[in-house]
Amino acid sequence: MDIRVQEEDFDLGAEANAFAARQKGMGAVVTFTGIVRDLGKGDLQAMQIEHYPGMTEKAISKIADEALSRWDLGDILVIHRHGVLKAEDLIMMVATSSRHRVDAFQAAEFLMDYLKSRAPFWKKEVTPEGADWVAAKDEDEDALSRW
Amino acid sequence: MDVLYFAWVRERIGHPKDKIETDAATVRALVDELRSREARYEAAFADLDALRVAVDQELTDFDAPLDGAREVAFFPPMTGG
Repeated sequence: MDIRVQEEDFDLGAEANAFAARQKGMGAVVTFTGIVRDLGKGDLQAMQIEHYPGMTEKAISKIADEALSRWDLGDILVIHRHGVLKAEDLIMMVATSSRHRVDAFQAAEFLMDYLKSRAPFWKKEVTPEGADWVAAKDEDEDALSRW
Repeated sequence: MDVLYFAWVRERIGHPKDKIETDAATVRALVDELRSREARYEAAFADLDALRVAVDQELTDFDAPLDGAREVAFFPPMTGG
């Protein structure tokens, strides 16, 4: 398991390749990447991501442990950034490996659903109109119930 | 005990952390103590449904005991991913 909470950018291709190269006997690697999305008006000046140092790493490890216990996985990688990001910047990625694709896909979705509402990150969008905290969506909380 | 605030809770209270001496037995009792301090605390804790709490970096609820807790954190629902 490789969990990284960092301010710096990461190289998606290099990380995906390195993760795949570390796997032995795994037939499937799934990756997901979250990217800062403009609000459709082209006026997102920044996305600030705050987190809870100490708890963040623990919470992500706990979620990853849960995934490892539920699916037949080789390994898990989670990278999540914090600090000031711009539109099109990479926010985070997860990668899972498994002998079979179903486990790798499901575990990646599970990780994403839980990272959204159980890892202590908070996003704030800065536009010319001001800065607003992104509100959690009911559907994100509801998504947990399918697991 | 360290009491930490994140996101708009931190902004409403005006600082990220308080160090306090308390005999509060539960998170809810601690919240009541904090609310009685000043208007900005009252404003931050006005709607507990809008808040989440972690005791010693584990998510929990407002009825959780504070027995031996070293760190309590208040924040809005998380928006990671």
